[in-house]
Amino acid sequence: MKNPFDHLDKMLEHRLRLQIMSVLVTNDVFDFNSLKEVLGVTDGNLASHIKALEKEKYLSVTKTFVDRKPNTKYKITERGRTAFKKHVDALEAVVKQTK
Amino acid sequence: MKEIKEYEKDLASIRTMMERSAKFISLSGLSGVLAGIYALLGAAAAYYIAQYPASPFDYRPYSLRDDSVVVKLLGVAAVVFVASITTGVLQSMRKAKKHDLKFWNNASQQMVFNLAIPLLTGGAFILIMLANGHFGLAAPASLIFYGLALILASPNTYDEVRNLGYCEIIIGLVCAYFAGYGLLFWALGFGVMHIVYGLIMYNKYDR
Repeated sequence: MKNPFDHLDKMLEHRLRLQIMSVLVTNDVFDFNSLKEVLGVTDGNLASHIKALEKEKYLSVTKTFVDRKPNTKYKITERGRTAFKKHVDALEAVVKQTK
Repeated sequence: MKEIKEYEKDLASIRTMMERSAKFISLSGLSGVLAGIYALLGAAAAYYIAQYPASPFDYRPYSLRDDSVVVKLLGVAAVVFVASITTGVLQSMRKAKKHDLKFWNNASQQMVFNLAIPLLTGGAFILIMLANGHFGLAAPASLIFYGLALILASPNTYDEVRNLGYCEIIIGLVCAYFAGYGLLFWALGFGVMHIVYGLIMYNKYDR
C-alpha cells in the first residue's frame, strides 16, 4: 500500500460504527439490545449509526417479535465483511507507517 | 484526518468490542477454586462410602455391585454438581455486575449451549453404562466428556478453559487405562485441576 490513508473507509472512520462492525464480524447475529449493552450507548445514537451502515449495505436487518416485543437482529453482509477487513488492514498500515 | 493516536484507539476498540461481545468474561476464577474444593470433599465422601477402610491409593479390583452404594455415590456427585454450578452462577453474576455487563448475555448463552452438548451426551452415556452394570469406565467417561465440553465452550470465554479441557481429557484417558483408580483420578481432574486453574484465572483476571 503506497498511501494507506487512501484505503481507509470513510464510513468506518467513525468509532461507534467501527465498533458495531467489530461485534458483527465476531458474532453470527446480534440483536439491538445486546448491541446497546456491549457498546454502552443510547438507543437513538445506536439506531442512527445502524441505519447508516444498513444504507451502505454493510449489515442486514431482520425484524421479529418475541412475546409481542420487537426483536431486531443484525447480520454482517459479505460487502460489510470485505469493507471491515480492508479498513482494519489500512488502519494497521497507517499505525505501522508512523512508527 | 484524525490523529495517529485516534487510529491506534480505533484498533484497540475493535479488539475490546470483539472480546466483550463474544467472550464471557464474567466467569469467576474463585468459583473454580471452590468447585475444586467441593469435588475434593465429594471424593473424600465417596471414598468412605465405597472403599474405606482400604487405602485410597490401593487398586480396587472389585466393582461396585451393590446398588445402595451406587445410589449414594450418585447422590454425592449430584450435591457436588449442584453446589459447583450454584457457586459459579452466583460468583459470575457478581463479577458481571462489577463490569457493568449482563450475566445472561450473548456470550454466556453461547458458552452454556456449547457446554451443554457434550455434558448432556456424556451424562446420558454414563447413566446408560451404570444402568447396564458397567461401572469401571464411569469416572474416565465423565472426565473425558467434561474436557470436550470445556474445549467446545472455550471460544466464548477465557483461553485457560481450553487448556483445562485438554488436561481433563488426558487425565480421563489415563484413568480409563487404570480403571480401578477412578476415584483418585476423579479427585485429580475435578478437584485439583479446578483449584489450579481457578487460581490461575483469579490471579490473572479477578484481582
